Amino acid sequence: MRRTPTSDALRFVDDMTGANGNQPAIAIAVRGLAKNYDEVEAVRGVDFEVAAGEVFGFLGPNGAGKTTTINMLCTLVKPSAGSATVAGHDVVHERDDVRRNIGLVFQDPTLDGYLTAEQNLRLHAELYGVRSDLVVPRMQQVMTMVGLWERKDSPVGTFSGGMRRRLEIARGLMHSPRVLFLDEPTIGLDPQTRRSIWAYIRELQEREEITIFMTTHYMDEAEWCDRIAIMDHGEIVALDAPETLKAGVGTDRVTIHTDDDEATIAALGERFNIEARRSEGAVSFGVPAGEAFVPRLFSELGIPIKAVNVSRPTLDDVFMSYTGSTIRDAEEDQAKHRNRVMMQMMHGGRR
Amino acid sequence: MSTTTDPIESAAAVDQSAVPIVRVIVPERSLASELRAIKIVWRRELIRFRADRLRMVTTLIQPLLFLFVLGSGLQQLSAASTHGVNLKTFIYPGILCISVMFTAMFSAASIVWDREFGFLREMMVAPIRRSSIVIGKCLGGAMVASFQGVIVICLAGFVGVPYAPLMILGIFFLQLLLAFAITAFGVMVAVRIKQMQSFMGVMQMIVMPMFFISGALFPVANLPGWLAALNRIDPLTYAVDPMRNLVFNHLSISPLARAVLDPGVTWFGWRVPPLLEAGMILLLGVVMLGVAIWEFSTTE
Repeated sequence: MRRTPTSDALRFVDDMTGANGNQPAIAIAVRGLAKNYDEVEAVRGVDFEVAAGEVFGFLGPNGAGKTTTINMLCTLVKPSAGSATVAGHDVVHERDDVRRNIGLVFQDPTLDGYLTAEQNLRLHAELYGVRSDLVVPRMQQVMTMVGLWERKDSPVGTFSGGMRRRLEIARGLMHSPRVLFLDEPTIGLDPQTRRSIWAYIRELQEREEITIFMTTHYMDEAEWCDRIAIMDHGEIVALDAPETLKAGVGTDRVTIHTDDDEATIAALGERFNIEARRSEGAVSFGVPAGEAFVPRLFSELGIPIKAVNVSRPTLDDVFMSYTGSTIRDAEEDQAKHRNRVMMQMMHGGRR
Repeated sequence: MSTTTDPIESAAAVDQSAVPIVRVIVPERSLASELRAIKIVWRRELIRFRADRLRMVTTLIQPLLFLFVLGSGLQQLSAASTHGVNLKTFIYPGILCISVMFTAMFSAASIVWDREFGFLREMMVAPIRRSSIVIGKCLGGAMVASFQGVIVICLAGFVGVPYAPLMILGIFFLQLLLAFAITAFGVMVAVRIKQMQSFMGVMQMIVMPMFFISGALFPVANLPGWLAALNRIDPLTYAVDPMRNLVFNHLSISPLARAVLDPGVTWFGWRVPPLLEAGMILLLGVVMLGVAIWEFSTTE
């Protein structure tokens, strides 16, 4: 499954191994990892590796097995089969060592609303055994990063949803984890907060030796990962850099407006061997590397062009090409399936 | 709770690079780290208790109600049969026990709250043993519950119980023991229960009969056979009895009154020594703590 990571990620790995020899270049290695709940196969044997320093995204509809995979990697759930190492430690046999080296931000809030922001972080630092003289400096660093240092004395119960999520990220970083797991870190947040959370992730990647493993079902966010794995029905159906995945779809879509569409279509077929068609009052066709094609189009077409539009394939197209449905359709199907199962259970219970 | 404005805009103005990177190292798990974890969980219970003003007030009011309203009210009926001893004095040890018991039960509920609000996960993924969480919870809960006991101890003078230092010390340790046992019991139940309502329901179902049967409000001699049998298998009986024994040791009342009001628990005519009773409570607490740890370690 695994293809080469992006050159950025590779360079980062080289830097890290150069500076610090004992840092494993592979942050997460997963082999045939599977989890069954009774009859249900939540995860059906996935394989992948995440390089140190990478931002790795798990993309898929709800119920695809993303959270179960994260829970196995975080030692919260025992795998039914397969193995995984995180930060060089086995998730089953070296649970404590894995836990020391990972930070977690869950989908559901896990803060103590009665305590202040500072008390929450301090408690976390103590649970992990952070040296007491480093607690305050580290706290200042991570809380400044998420813009909550000024609010450290407020009870968490008074925080908005976005602030809580940011505080959870800060808390997950309190013990300088090698791998930070973010399970849907931006779900249910407003666009501004989502943007700022991505800004933190980028900043982290630049400033600390950290690998980020996240799940999301927002296509536009997955674009910002170094590499993404698309998960569907408990399996990884595609894994690569977003650009590569999108390139794998093949072509960009070019749309041009001219005065004479018929002549344009004919000229395109003649000079570029491109099959174009009319749609919505314009001429549209697919071509690899659409932007590079536009200058040639202008100089060689011989017909005046009034407007041109090049659009790249989106991750939606990628998801579509691998799973045969859009992510939204997949989620609706899941919901339908769940309802059906529930109805059957209720029926069965009555009989 | 109100939601305040988000200071994200102002934070953007702060120069991020001005804050130095602080890298920390998480030490390997050890006995010391487990003890530290126990202390942290324990202390969190206390912090939460201190922050919860309402709970502190109810903690204060409950024993007052029991002791002075119930005690004064029933005094009208029972004056003849208590041989000159004020009913408040008689029920004092029992009220002390049940006040501690109710508070301990609520303390144990915090594990259900923590699960409901997600905080339990934060502790479960930390590099610590689950047993440390359970032990910390039990000790913290016991501590909070024993505050209640201390309040009732302070009220001793109002119900005709002298402030004898030895007695107070004894009462304090007995109620600490009870608080620990009940919290362990509560935690044992709470580990399996995911919702607060069900937990409260289950606890009411178990605690109320325990309270009524224990003899907190009546002497345990000359009971109807069925009630005597139930009384002897009620664990709370063995907390109330030594407590009452201890208090009555320090009262100046007639031997008759003593014999009627503090007959002591008997097994087939054998008077169970108070120290053995206290030992039973301790043993029970430790066993339930063990079960709670085992249960908690096996859940995912």
